[in-house]
Amino acid sequence: MSTTSTTYGARDHARAQAGTVTEAMPAIPASTWPDPPPGIDPAKLVWAETVAGGGYTHKVLARGTELRLTDVKGDACAHLLLFNADQPWERLNVADTVKVQWNAYLGEAIALLSDQARVLATVVTDESGKHDALCGTSTVDGNAQRYGDGSPQGDSPSGNALFTLAAAKHGLTPRDLPPSLSFFQGVHVEADGGLTFTGSAGAGKSVVLRTELPAVVLIANVAHPLDPRPDYTVTPLRVLAQRSAPSTPDSPEWTASPEAQRAFENTADYLTARGLA
Amino acid sequence: MTIISDTEVAARAPYSTVLREGETLAIIDLGGNQAVDFLCYDAADTAKRYSAATTIAAQRNIFLTTGSVLRTGEGAPLLTVVEDTCGRHDTIGGACSKESNSLRYGQHTRYQHACVENFLIEGAKWGLGKRDLVSNVNWYMNVPVEQDGTLGIVDGISAPGLEVKLRAETDVLVLVSNCPQINNPCNGFDPTPVRMIVTGGGV
Repeated sequence: MSTTSTTYGARDHARAQAGTVTEAMPAIPASTWPDPPPGIDPAKLVWAETVAGGGYTHKVLARGTELRLTDVKGDACAHLLLFNADQPWERLNVADTVKVQWNAYLGEAIALLSDQARVLATVVTDESGKHDALCGTSTVDGNAQRYGDGSPQGDSPSGNALFTLAAAKHGLTPRDLPPSLSFFQGVHVEADGGLTFTGSAGAGKSVVLRTELPAVVLIANVAHPLDPRPDYTVTPLRVLAQRSAPSTPDSPEWTASPEAQRAFENTADYLTARGLA
Repeated sequence: MTIISDTEVAARAPYSTVLREGETLAIIDLGGNQAVDFLCYDAADTAKRYSAATTIAAQRNIFLTTGSVLRTGEGAPLLTVVEDTCGRHDTIGGACSKESNSLRYGQHTRYQHACVENFLIEGAKWGLGKRDLVSNVNWYMNVPVEQDGTLGIVDGISAPGLEVKLRAETDVLVLVSNCPQINNPCNGFDPTPVRMIVTGGGV
């Protein structure tokens, strides 16, 4: 007779699993994160997690939260979507983000704009410089063709499949998923419009975003659609978020460009009317 | 080849139609340098819709021209560019909106016409709402990316009478805003009409 053949034995077996530590898992509460890097105050942590390659995560963050993403081993790819948590019909607009700021690339002081001309988040610091705002994420069929499987529970899940799951846990459907951004795997646009995959900046690089509105954050850590390697290659992503303060008119992001300034002014106007600022 | 419809879309106006599989839509730039903002959906399931990102990644190029395939977020082909006398069309600039215009030009432009308004009004006729609006194609609009990443809408490379022809790979709902923009060079600061000709019935 096995130890799990009775309810008592099964209960003991299940309970004995608690306390297991694996490479990819969240720390709950976040303040118990074991090795906070410089600049992170454990007492202020609201989200601390290592997302496996091929995994996804999601969280609702207050306005004024610093979200630090780290490419732990050099082959993370953080596909990211943002929604205004108070009204999720307002969401990241990649076309406006690149067009309004006259810049196809993500980097420091870039505002991640919503379709309502407000700032959902800003890129505060960027050690990587290898990101992509044009190619979106991978598809089930594309990954099936390239790696043999694109399903969410398989060995090479697609970003679309994982975003669909993450979105569902916030009551959102595939219609709510616009094109996404990706951090830590770069793409360069050539003069003829062609795209060159430039890969990662190496292990240990971080990007810090600051939320400027209450935000639903969806993250899928999957291989970039232009990654030329024949094997599905994606390594763990660290997510550490701590309470902080939103931008002020003195912040460099606020005055990074006339367009960004108007986006922050629109955001402040909205928050003022809602009694939130 | 049978002409199914032949429509002149006025400056600033919206347009929509359903193309059956195998039918073609010719979009003719009557006045030259008129940006034609364009979205498309699988007519049988509009949750399957044009994805700029999937289209760009699949062809590894940000410009559309002859041979380009417009794909859904799942990668399925919706439309193929079978003819293009202009040579370059935009995938990354998206549509003008009253909101984004407030960022690009200032708050005084908020009451001007904008493509998103056209998309919302015309899309509502087909049961589409704001959730269904994503980054769109801009036929005839020229958005180069410099080597340092600077991008922007610059003077067009189109001319009166140039034409792009799209073949439907399945039944496709097409949604168009004939861009009303008067603040940037996408239509020479002067919106003009375009002509839409749907043909079918074989060659």
